[in-house]
Amino acid sequence: MADKQVLTGEHFVHGDAACAEGGIAVGCRFFAGYPITPATEVAERMARRLPQVGGVYIQMEDEIASMAAILGASWGGLKSMTSTSGPGFSLMMENIGLGMMTETPCVVVNVQRAGPSTGLPTLVGQADVMQARWGSHGDYGCIALAPSSPQECFDLTVHAFNLAEIYRQPVFVMSDEVVGHTTEKVVIPPREKLEVVERIRPHQAQSEYLPFDSKGPMPAPMATAGDGYHVHVTGLTHDERGYPVITDVVQERNVRHLVDKIRRNARQIIRVEGVHLDDAEVVVVAYGCTARVARQAVEDMRTRGHRAGLLRLITLWPFPSHLIRELAPRVKAFIVPEINYGQMVYEVERTAQGKAEVVLMGLMGGAIHTPREIEDAIGDYL
Amino acid sequence: MKRRLRELQPFDKEAEERAIELGHGLHPDDKYLKPGRIPHIWCPGCGLGVVLTCFIGALRQKQFGVDECAVVSGIGCTGRVAGYLDMDTYHTTHGRAIPFATGLALAKPDTHVAVFSGDGDLFAIGGNHLIHAARRNVNLKVICVNNFNFGMTGGQAGPTTPLDAKTSTTPLGNAEPGFNLPYLAHASGAIYVARWTTFHPRQLVHSIGESFDRTGFTFIEVIAPCPTGYGRPNKLGSGLEEMRYYRDMSEIRYGADPADAEIKLRGKILVGTFEAADRPDFMETYRTQVIARAQAGGKGKGRAA
Repeated sequence: MADKQVLTGEHFVHGDAACAEGGIAVGCRFFAGYPITPATEVAERMARRLPQVGGVYIQMEDEIASMAAILGASWGGLKSMTSTSGPGFSLMMENIGLGMMTETPCVVVNVQRAGPSTGLPTLVGQADVMQARWGSHGDYGCIALAPSSPQECFDLTVHAFNLAEIYRQPVFVMSDEVVGHTTEKVVIPPREKLEVVERIRPHQAQSEYLPFDSKGPMPAPMATAGDGYHVHVTGLTHDERGYPVITDVVQERNVRHLVDKIRRNARQIIRVEGVHLDDAEVVVVAYGCTARVARQAVEDMRTRGHRAGLLRLITLWPFPSHLIRELAPRVKAFIVPEINYGQMVYEVERTAQGKAEVVLMGLMGGAIHTPREIEDAIGDYL
Repeated sequence: MKRRLRELQPFDKEAEERAIELGHGLHPDDKYLKPGRIPHIWCPGCGLGVVLTCFIGALRQKQFGVDECAVVSGIGCTGRVAGYLDMDTYHTTHGRAIPFATGLALAKPDTHVAVFSGDGDLFAIGGNHLIHAARRNVNLKVICVNNFNFGMTGGQAGPTTPLDAKTSTTPLGNAEPGFNLPYLAHASGAIYVARWTTFHPRQLVHSIGESFDRTGFTFIEVIAPCPTGYGRPNKLGSGLEEMRYYRDMSEIRYGADPADAEIKLRGKILVGTFEAADRPDFMETYRTQVIARAQAGGKGKGRAA
């Protein structure tokens, strides 16, 4: 019988379908969602595919419920996921915070469209990247990945699930309408070539187990419902046992753990792709669909003998500050094209510390940059 | 940047264990309670202790092991129930206990998942989730403790506050009528609907047990005193006096039409089991229809129309 979990082989599919396949391949067995353009295709694929592998698809009454349900399913021991776009992402913020506070692994795919509010439902945007970082109230660490192609939608959804299990928290796949609706070749590797991180479970006696241990740089193993550990899981500030404790002393430990587990492991988490960076005088910093245009612009400039480079962000968060810091003294400018009025550009500007010019090429949404525009911007600094 | 932070005070596991009362374990109910979590935070005269005790009574009566159950709560006074029980317990966000529990119940279909929350949590901010879970017939045992106000925040009006009742946000009397919860749960599709007061602990234990016997969405409303938040402005007296009110004004009527179950300020309280039906729950339908068709490759008898 054919392997229904990992559809090994070459496929011609769009990015949204590739996100769904990545989830199923890495073992996602619960999806809760609510229809929204341009992410609906992820849910549609899941509705058809999850029953084939014995998983559960449920369409909830809204995105608040979808996010809550995937947290519940995760505590029930299943790898779980939802997908949405801007308006739904806003609704999910409440329970994303619960997921961060309760250290609950799961994956949220945001196929970004242009906002604010209902904005341009069918057209591209990249203006939720700061919301991904700071959207839910309070402090927490954030992992967000930005695919540039359907292939990466598959690869990074797999990776997002692995990171969610390792760091025990919701992980974001920040796709966009163009990537989600681009149909291209996607190669799904054989099952044995796929890197899959399974949930790290406790083995010690109940009396020895601290489900929210904050001592080390990594989260505690996770006991799920029925494992016999009787864990109390709360969105209140809690001690290492999970008991609510309403004091500044425990708050200090609790929140610093949530932030530090990402901060201390940032170098392990961060992924970028560098193109012609060794001798670049002008570096384009781009992600998602915009990185594809930027790559074309950089290659065109190289063909004409200009020293342009591309730093493609695969992880948006944690942000690769150290790479910008290294590049800043030896480049003339960073060009940051993004489909918003300036979001990731602030991180570039902040970490360049005035050592290089930083240029935002903002589009408010509904269109992508042209290679020519980016080439012109590069040309201004050569 | 450089960071200057206070020195962390590490978790002292031994000190925390020493702080657990030596008496823990002496009472037969203690095996259902998390060590070190009692005394609870509820006010004198509050009805929540009675409801918690009845829940434990039902677990004992059903001879459920604690690992066969999980409890999910929202936010509020009732939301704190989860934290006292020594089982897998989840204290979620305000109003979201039901969708969280939906995910948990579908991931662990063999676990008894109870949702313990208040009227404000389940019917104001969480109202939409409740009606949809009832419609889907997700296998959840919902216990709604109704004290007619938002107690945790200090006695504000809620979705069950009766017309004319006084609260801190309706100082001149409530201009809105309250929800009739059994009627709403019934109309939304709950397969089991009952209401009791904290004056009816034996009936309540029995009712919780009955709800555990059924696979699907069950709903039990428990009318409970809140002398601090709701009793005082409405001159209902102490918790004991509210219990006298329940004794005098409750009418047990099994099989009553839930449409008749509205509660008015100082009015009659209809109690009993109003609905006990059977229909396949979400998971059964999903397994026998959706998964079966998918695994048959969309072919054969199970094929969708």
